[in-house]
Amino acid sequence: MSKADPVVLVIEDEPQMRRFLHAALESHHYRPIQATTAREGVAQVTGRNPDVILLDLGLPDADGIDLTRQIREWSGTPIIVISARGKEHDKIAALDAGADDYLTKPFDVGELMARLRVALRHAAQPADAPPEPVFSTRDLRVDLVRRQVFVRDHEVHLTPTEYKLLTLLIRHAGKVLTHRQLLKEVWGPNAVEHAHYVRVYMTQLRRKLERDATRPEYLQTEPGVGYRLRVE
Amino acid sequence: MTARRPDPQELLARAREEERRAGRGRLKIFFGASPGVGKTYTMLEEARAKQRAGIDVVVGFVETHGRVDTAALLDGLETLPRKTVEYRGVTLSEFDLDAALARKPAMILVDELAHTNVPGSRHARRFQDVEELLAAGINVYTTLNVQHIESLNDVVAQITGVSVRETVPDSIFDQADELEIADLTAEDLLQRLQEGKVYVPEQAARAIDRFFRKGNLIALRELTLRRAAQRVDAQMRGYMREHGIRETWPAGERLLVCVGPNPASTRLIRSGKRLATGFNADWIVMFVEAPGLRISASDREQLASNLQLAQELGAQTVSVGGVNVADEILAYARDHNVTKILVGKPTHARWRDRLLGSLHDQLVRGSGDIDVYVITGEKGELTRTPGPRAESRPVPVSEYWESALLLGLCTALGAAAYRYLSLTDIAMLFVLATGVVAYRYSRGPSLLTAFLAIVLFDFFFVPPRFTFAVSDVSYILTFAVMLSIALLISMLTLRVRAQAEMARARERGTATLYAMTRELAATRGLADLIAVATRHVQDTFSGAAVILLPGLGGGLEVPAQADTALPIDEKERSVAQWVLERGRLAGAGSDTLPAARGLYVPLVTTTGTIGVLGVAPADPKALRDPTVLLLLETFARQIAVALEREIFADRTQREQLEIEAERLRTSLLSSVSHDLRTPLATINGAASSLLEASGTIPEATRRELVRSIIDESQRMNRLIGNLLDMIRLDSGSLQVHKEWQSLEEIVGVALIRLEERLRGRRVTVALPADLPLVPLDEILIEQVFANLLENAARYTPAGTPIEVSAATIDGGVRVDVADRGPGIPRGDEERIFDKFHRGPQESASGGVGLGLTICRGIITAHGGRIWAENRPGGGTLFRFTLPLSGPPPAVPEEA
Repeated sequence: MSKADPVVLVIEDEPQMRRFLHAALESHHYRPIQATTAREGVAQVTGRNPDVILLDLGLPDADGIDLTRQIREWSGTPIIVISARGKEHDKIAALDAGADDYLTKPFDVGELMARLRVALRHAAQPADAPPEPVFSTRDLRVDLVRRQVFVRDHEVHLTPTEYKLLTLLIRHAGKVLTHRQLLKEVWGPNAVEHAHYVRVYMTQLRRKLERDATRPEYLQTEPGVGYRLRVE
Repeated sequence: MTARRPDPQELLARAREEERRAGRGRLKIFFGASPGVGKTYTMLEEARAKQRAGIDVVVGFVETHGRVDTAALLDGLETLPRKTVEYRGVTLSEFDLDAALARKPAMILVDELAHTNVPGSRHARRFQDVEELLAAGINVYTTLNVQHIESLNDVVAQITGVSVRETVPDSIFDQADELEIADLTAEDLLQRLQEGKVYVPEQAARAIDRFFRKGNLIALRELTLRRAAQRVDAQMRGYMREHGIRETWPAGERLLVCVGPNPASTRLIRSGKRLATGFNADWIVMFVEAPGLRISASDREQLASNLQLAQELGAQTVSVGGVNVADEILAYARDHNVTKILVGKPTHARWRDRLLGSLHDQLVRGSGDIDVYVITGEKGELTRTPGPRAESRPVPVSEYWESALLLGLCTALGAAAYRYLSLTDIAMLFVLATGVVAYRYSRGPSLLTAFLAIVLFDFFFVPPRFTFAVSDVSYILTFAVMLSIALLISMLTLRVRAQAEMARARERGTATLYAMTRELAATRGLADLIAVATRHVQDTFSGAAVILLPGLGGGLEVPAQADTALPIDEKERSVAQWVLERGRLAGAGSDTLPAARGLYVPLVTTTGTIGVLGVAPADPKALRDPTVLLLLETFARQIAVALEREIFADRTQREQLEIEAERLRTSLLSSVSHDLRTPLATINGAASSLLEASGTIPEATRRELVRSIIDESQRMNRLIGNLLDMIRLDSGSLQVHKEWQSLEEIVGVALIRLEERLRGRRVTVALPADLPLVPLDEILIEQVFANLLENAARYTPAGTPIEVSAATIDGGVRVDVADRGPGIPRGDEERIFDKFHRGPQESASGGVGLGLTICRGIITAHGGRIWAENRPGGGTLFRFTLPLSGPPPAVPEEA
């Protein structure tokens, strides 16, 4: 463990879970610090200035969504919330309150590390930094200057809305985006209730970009929450 | 003659009486001849004695009227606060019944039994409050003056010339457990009066001289003692009956009192009571509704109050309809072994009897061995109040016109044929016209026609013609005959018409009751029964109705399904609650809680009161009609029987369900503990080997152990997910959040989630490109796909293909998940959806047997259907449908 290793604050009341996270993080070159309550968590965020926060939504002493909102008021540190399956509403609420990503219990270490990497990468980029002129992952290549999209070196023609949707996902590559966030950015604030817009366009995009639309490589569905552009 | 054995009926009645009294409080009445004899004083003295004996005594309501010695006795007794009631701007204090019931002492003192409560109180009268206290098991001490006893009311009025309106039914007095007479000689009382020790209400101050006369007081004292003795006598007779002692007078006298809708009948009823008591006879008060009799609304109210008075005095009351009053009375008397008939003296002129026949004559002639008593009615009261003839139907003007037209025709015909016809023939023409009108139209036109016929006949035809003069006196007879014929025919017609109407009304009553009974018998399910019953009651009594049943908490509830037209607010509910608890009728039109909007009738069955029927007819006065009330009670009985049947059936079914649920719980527990323990054992074993022998295990083995820990924990995760889903389905807390979703996307999610489980299989997904978005809950439907795919993976040999396809069908979409496994054993196509059902080839990685059950629950909650079939060529096909509600939503077009 070196001083340069990123600091991860784990806000979690379950000792077993804390132990597991501590071990996993340490073995992957992160410096874990811990908090067992929301109050302690807030103190750690101000005192230790972590690089990433892992927040369990099921804390006994506070509502995790409120805590997210509270931290967001003065800190831009990426927050990854942890929640159980079936609590999709909580996840969406946390994401809309400013959380960056989520993990569904039980999860494996691979998933955790992928989320952490994405979160750290986005945090490292200043929000107003000009995007890379060309985005590429596996067989997908998008030239953001010429507005051209290639799959296995064949150009694919996208409608303006499809392209807008795709670039939005690219800007947040690897991160989950809720239906609401997508609708607001692409169709405007009046469309946030029309989740089926996204579904229709996502289907069209998949047919154009994916090898098999039912086993998407890039445009991954996060059931009940939103979508994610899978990278690496 | 052998010793008389107790009559089983009497024994039964006796047993019931004792049973009734078992849980009841005891009533003691302090009885006196007049105010000032010291009833309250005696009562308080005795209460203090009881209190000293350690009995929980509470003063509910005692009026000291400022008498110091009485007030002193109140000292040291717990006194309930009074309820203050605002009535017409005056604040009045009343006995607080609810406070008394809540306090529930062993004994309570409630002064002045005959008191009338302030309007708006629960009961109209204090003796009803006392009844309720007794029913609640509280002993009551109360006071009563002789002039307030119902049957003696008019006697006292005769003696003193002061009539009292507040009366107490004799039955209350007779059923009191104890009676104590506060006795004072007339002289002593007068002296106390002079000393100012007797409280006299201000309004009675004028009557005081008349009332407190020595002669009056002596007579009242005698009456008091006699009435008390009579009561003792009745008790002794009860004792004799009970012990089979033969009575010295012929038993089985039965009295029938015939009353009408006039105030004079009250006197007749009181006489009946005295006579019945004197003869120790049962007595019945009867009203015969003859078709010719026109009863106005006010008459009907009078009749209702007469019958109510009779009931309060302990009579049984009956109303029958019939053409001939005397025949009806005699027939009823014969059927019910009546020995004496009481009727009032005739009040009409003698000629009517001569002409139409006399009721009394017919009664006496037809009575045979039954005695007929004729009792005097009071003068002045007998003039019939000319109340509005509300119930006679208005005569259409056209009837008059048509009558006049007919007469005009007669006149014209007569004039045309004057030369050829004799005067008698023309008279016959007019008689015919009169007859026709009397037969067809009502009384008014008939009378007018008869009169006009005479006038026309006289003017146009009787010589000298064209004058009203009559040359021959014999024509007067012709006129008289014409008038009589018109009257007679019209009377007969009216009678027949009324009779038909009455028969129809009775028929209607029977028919509606029959219709309801039949429909109730054919109806299953509590909600439907209630709906049917409510509808019939609403139709029959033309008003709003409601049925209330006790809920789980004991409070009354309107079953949610019932389409109720009678709104039940807190006030109405409390009335209904009272009815449920006491098993007695209350509400509008009755004496108890009359301020309510509806009348509430208990639904009584052999097991007790199971609910309450509330009715609020459009015309609230209808409820005062005893025949309507009787019909309502009959309805209530039928409804109660039907509901009881259903409640029993319901209970049985619920019990069976509970047994079933219990069986399932047991099986769930054993299944779950087994299924959770198996993977746990693996995890535990693998982890402990890793911990203990960390250095010595070869890398390959180590990896394998870790791999098994991960696999097994994932299996446990799936298992717990299924269990949670099942619990949600079972408890009904599963909420379906439908949104327009893409099936392709959902299948994709399921395939990614089951990537590990499906490794090495070819899973083909064939969804048509134009498959519409479907309204569904993506989390739940994804679970359905996951369960179906996992099921296929579990029950088919490794490497066999799985196919997922979908198609648009009429009104929805159909989804197929098919495999090429061994298929389902014949006959098991439905069973596999049962809870805890597992396939025959249970592998080590088996589930709890909940997967398909959950699928069915979720699909059903979506309004779809799921089933399984064997595929031609081998394998299983799981197929489910999801409905499309309306066209898919629009998506903005792109430019």
